[in-house]
Amino acid sequence: MKGMSLIVRTITTVIIGFIFIYGIYITLHGHLTPGGGFAGGVIVAGALILRILVFGSEPADEKKSEIRTSIFESVGALLFIGIALAGLVIAGTFFLNFLPKGIPFNLLSAGIIPFCNIAIGIKVGAGLFSIFLALAAVKYVVKD
Amino acid sequence: MIELYLFLAFMIIAAFIATEIKDLLAAVISLGAVGFAVAIMFILVQAPDLAIVQIVVEVVTIVIFVAVIFRTTHIDETIGKKLTGPHVFSIVSFSFFALLFLIAVINALQELPAFGNATMKVASEYIRLGLPGTGGANLVADVILDFRALDTLGEATVLFTSVIGVVALIRSVGRKK
Amino acid sequence: MIIFLSCIILFLIGLYAIVTKRNLIKIVIGFALIEYAINLLFALVGFRRGMLAPIITRVDMAHKFVDPIPQALVLTAIVIALGTTALMLTVALRIYSRYKTFDIAEIRKLKG
Repeated sequence: MKGMSLIVRTITTVIIGFIFIYGIYITLHGHLTPGGGFAGGVIVAGALILRILVFGSEPADEKKSEIRTSIFESVGALLFIGIALAGLVIAGTFFLNFLPKGIPFNLLSAGIIPFCNIAIGIKVGAGLFSIFLALAAVKYVVKD
Repeated sequence: MIELYLFLAFMIIAAFIATEIKDLLAAVISLGAVGFAVAIMFILVQAPDLAIVQIVVEVVTIVIFVAVIFRTTHIDETIGKKLTGPHVFSIVSFSFFALLFLIAVINALQELPAFGNATMKVASEYIRLGLPGTGGANLVADVILDFRALDTLGEATVLFTSVIGVVALIRSVGRKK
Repeated sequence: MIIFLSCIILFLIGLYAIVTKRNLIKIVIGFALIEYAINLLFALVGFRRGMLAPIITRVDMAHKFVDPIPQALVLTAIVIALGTTALMLTVALRIYSRYKTFDIAEIRKLKG
């Protein structure tokens, strides 16, 4: 995929890091402020999509990032199921909030909810980015 | 709450343009207008979680639509063609069904609580138990990840399946040459 | 009541696109419109006048929130909508690569 002009490239170099940090912030603070794994994951996927759209990419790199995103997506799904099964093993109920609740309004509180948010964030971000790679970036031209 | 009605009127007009315009790119941009209006309405009805997700998802949706249209064609050749028999039949049957549906909906909406007075039968319990029960301050996150986490697991499964479907369909095209 | 009916009208426009349009992309747009209408209807049903967003900011605050359950249901539905839209667009792309048209009447005539 071809990249965009110099102006767009320069501005994207400045803001793309902030978009990533904002996505991670939204994911980590999902139990305290609006947001959570879904929103944070989609923002991170949006930053990755912006990088591909603006700077362009080679087919070989796309192949590599396709493999990496599928690994990340599986890791996210397995983490989510693992948290659920940990509740089953430790206390006997699927999806039980088995960790200590902590002090309210602290970053490390609310038991398993922040970890579920991280797992969902990884899964959603990797899933949407692989959809984008499959539909838009991978070298494939419609011809007969 | 006059702004809610204004946004709804804007959305209905934009949705009608999206279905009727000949250029598919313009149709997708009208769809984006509807989506961002939905995001603003989520803020107005006090749902910031939904507004954040809707804005970002809308951007990704438009990117995917435009990617597909760039690879194929952006002219809708079916607009302005002469009406054929099946097409006329579909319009007639749609109007008939829409009329029946509207009558049923008007009857059903009488049962709903009026706008702005939700009854909160189950929700009051969730709100009471939210902070002491789970420790999370965001009640929506408490509901989706603690009280109703199985629902979220099902959602994750659906997303996983659709990603697998997309990747598998595109791959088989690429291999065929 | 009027505001719920407006959501239903948006739903009907989406249904109109699905039932009567012959272009595949227009049909996918119709599905997206239906998803917006349903999500919006859920969020509007859970609204309470003069109440706050369901986020606790102090331990001792009065519990005057809008209904969090429709918001939780819609939150997952929005992301699912994106996944299904992408799947439908992939199928449309595949059909175009084979038949060179988005017109479903033409596709029916060509038959393989």
